[in-house]
Amino acid sequence: MSTQFEIRGLKATIEDKEILKGIDLKINGGEVHAIMGPNGTGKSTLASALMGHPKYEVTEGEVELNGEDVLEMAVDERARAGMFLAMQYPSEITGVTNADFLRSAINARRGEGNEISLIKFVRQMESKMKQLEMNPEFMHRYLNEGFSGGEKKRNEILQMMLLEPKLVILDEIDSGLDIDALRIVAEGVNAMRAEDRSFLIITHYQRLLNYIKPDFVHVMMQGRIVKSGGPELAQRLEAEGYDWVKEELGIVDETVGQA
Amino acid sequence: MAKNLEFEEYKYGFRDEHKAIFQSGKGLTEEIVRTISEMKGEPEWMLKFRLKSLEQFRKMQMPRWGGNLDELDFDDIQYYVKPSEKQGKTWEEVPEEIKATFDKLGIPEAEQKFLAGVSAQYESEVVYHSMQEDLEKQGVIFTDTDTALREHPEIFKEYFGTVVPSADNKFAALNSAVWSGGSFIYVPKGVKCEIPLQAYFRINSENMGQFERTLIIADEGSFVHYVEGCTAPIYSTNSLHSAVVEIIVKKDARVRYTTIQNWAPNIYNLVTKRAVAEENATMEWVDGNIGSKLTMKYPAVVLKGRGAKGMVLSIAVAGKGQHQDAGAKMLHLAPDTTSTIVSKSISKHGGKVTYRGIASFGRQAEGAKANIKCDTLILDNQSTSDTIPYNEIMNDNIVLEHEATVSKVSEDQLFYLMSRGMTEAEATQMIVMGFIEPFTKELPMEYAVEMNRLIKLEMEGSIG
Repeated sequence: MSTQFEIRGLKATIEDKEILKGIDLKINGGEVHAIMGPNGTGKSTLASALMGHPKYEVTEGEVELNGEDVLEMAVDERARAGMFLAMQYPSEITGVTNADFLRSAINARRGEGNEISLIKFVRQMESKMKQLEMNPEFMHRYLNEGFSGGEKKRNEILQMMLLEPKLVILDEIDSGLDIDALRIVAEGVNAMRAEDRSFLIITHYQRLLNYIKPDFVHVMMQGRIVKSGGPELAQRLEAEGYDWVKEELGIVDETVGQA
Repeated sequence: MAKNLEFEEYKYGFRDEHKAIFQSGKGLTEEIVRTISEMKGEPEWMLKFRLKSLEQFRKMQMPRWGGNLDELDFDDIQYYVKPSEKQGKTWEEVPEEIKATFDKLGIPEAEQKFLAGVSAQYESEVVYHSMQEDLEKQGVIFTDTDTALREHPEIFKEYFGTVVPSADNKFAALNSAVWSGGSFIYVPKGVKCEIPLQAYFRINSENMGQFERTLIIADEGSFVHYVEGCTAPIYSTNSLHSAVVEIIVKKDARVRYTTIQNWAPNIYNLVTKRAVAEENATMEWVDGNIGSKLTMKYPAVVLKGRGAKGMVLSIAVAGKGQHQDAGAKMLHLAPDTTSTIVSKSISKHGGKVTYRGIASFGRQAEGAKANIKCDTLILDNQSTSDTIPYNEIMNDNIVLEHEATVSKVSEDQLFYLMSRGMTEAEATQMIVMGFIEPFTKELPMEYAVEMNRLIKLEMEGSIG
C-alpha cells in the first residue's frame, strides 16, 4: 500500500507558547516534500511534534499515517508504525555501542520472535555503512559519543536505511555537513526513495535540494505554511532570499514564539 | 513519567525444603561460639580468637554513621546452621535438594563452561567444592576456609586476622566470633591462574546470619581472579550477612576479586573487605551491589609497598526501601602508589545510594596518585543520592583527582531511543546498561550476561 500522510490544522505549544499555528500538509507515497524557511519559524518544532517529543504539546489538529491517528500514539508506537525522524541534534548514549543500539531498534520494529539474525544484521549494517562511507569502527563506538556533527548525521541516515521507514522526516540533515558529506547523505536518501516511502525534508538552505530533488516545496513563517510550489520555488528562494515572500504576504517578522 | 509499582517481587525468592542438621537457635551466647568451634573441631587458638572477638563485639558500639541499623536485632538472628554432615567433594555426593537449589541458580552450566574450581556456600557450610587438576598441580590451594584451617594450619595462622583484626569494627568482631565457611586461596610464587576461581553463596535459613570468612594469599609474582556471586531468597524478617574478606597481595602479584551480590530486600549486608598490596603489587576490587535492605561496604586497599596499585570498580543499585552505602578506601602508605576508584550508583523507586570513600596519603606517600570518579544515575524524583568523600593528606607531593556526576535519564535520550521504536522501558534499560557498562565489561563473560539479566529484572516495572 502506498503511504498516505496527512496533517490537518496542527497547532502545538512549548511551555504554553504557541509555535505551530495550524499546519496543513498532505504527502502521498513516493513524494518528497521540502519545508524551507528562515530560522525560528517553527520548522523543527513541526518535526519534533510530529514524532511526539514530550516538550511539545499538540493543542489542535490531526495527523494521520495510512488512516491511523498518529497523535494517539506514543513515540515508540509512531516509530513502529513507520515514522522516522532524523534529528538535528541526536542524543549521545554512553556505554551503548552503535551496533547494539541499531540491532535493538531493528528488533523493536520486527517484534518478539521475529528478531533479525546476528549475521544478517552485521551484513546489512556493513553494506549500508560502506554506502555512507562510514568507518566500520563506528559500529563499536558508543552511540553518537564523540561523533563529529557530520558523523552524527551520517549515523542518522544509517538508521533510516536499516529501519526502512514509511515516512521519513529529515530535520536540518544538511547542517554541519561539508560538501562531500552532503553528497553522501543525499545519495543515501535518494537510494531510499520508493513508491511506498514519503519524505519530509526540513532545511534552511536550498543546496540540499540540489542533491535531493523535491516534488513540492513549502515555505514556513510564523508557524504556518505560507507558500507552496514546485522545485522552482526553492531555486527562487536560493537566488533571491526570503524577503520577496515576506513582502508579497505583508509579513514583517517571520519568526514565531521568540521572546 | 516513571511510576512506582506497589511492590517488586524478588526474582530469586524460591526456597527449598532442605532441613539443616544443626541450628544454633536465635541469639548469641558464649555457649554458641564454643559449640561452633567444637563442632568444627577447631584448634584451641581459634576458639580463643572467637571468644576474644565475642568480647570485642559486645564492647563495641553500633556505628552511628552510614545506614540506619536501628531495626537490626542481634537477638533475633541465628548464628550457625550446619546443613549436612559431610562436605561434597564431587557433584555426585551433593544432596539432591541442595542440587535442586543450585540448579535454579544455574551453577552446573556455569561450571561446564568456565569454572576452574567451584566452592558453593549453602547456608553456613561449604557443601560442594571441586577444583581442576592443573591448579592443584601448580600448588594452588582453593578450599573452604574451615578446611583450610584443618589442612593448612601454618599458612592459615600466619595470615588470618592480620588484615582485618577483630577489633576493626563491630561487624568484623561479630564475624570473627561466629565465622563459618568462605573461601581460602593460596597461590604460590609466580603461579598465574588463567581461569577465574568461583564461589556461589546463598543464605537459605530464615533469620540466619551468614558470616563467611575469606582469606586470599597471592605470593610473589602470582595472579588470581576470584569471582563470587550471591543470591538469597526472600523472607519477611531481617537477615544479616556480615562477611570479612582479607587479601594479601605480595610483591609483583596481582589479585582481582569480583563480586556480584543480589540480596533479597530484607537483608543487612555489612561487609569488611580489605587487601594489603606490597611492592609493585596490584589489587582490584570489582564489586556489584544489588538489593539488600542496607549495604555498608567499602572495599579497601592498603598500599603498603612502593609502586603498589589499587582499584575499586563498583556499582550499586538501590530500589524501594533500600539503602546502598558503599564506596572504597585507598590508603597510600608508600611512595609512587596509585589508586583508581570508579563508583557507579543507580537509585530508583525511592531508593537511596551513598558513595562514601576515603583517599588517605601517609607521610611516605611521595609521588602517590589517586583518581576518584563517582557517577550517579537517578531514575525518578523519589530517589536520592549522596557523595561523601574523605581525604587525608600528610604529604605535599601527591596528586588527587575527584570527579562526581549526578544525572537523570534525560527526556531527550528517551525520546531519541523511543523514536527508533523502543518502548520507554526498553529505552530506560538501554541507558542504564550503558551507564554501568564500564563495570560489566570488566566481568567474566557469563557474569556479564548474568549481570545484564539482573539489571533487566531490576528495571522491569521501573516504568509504568
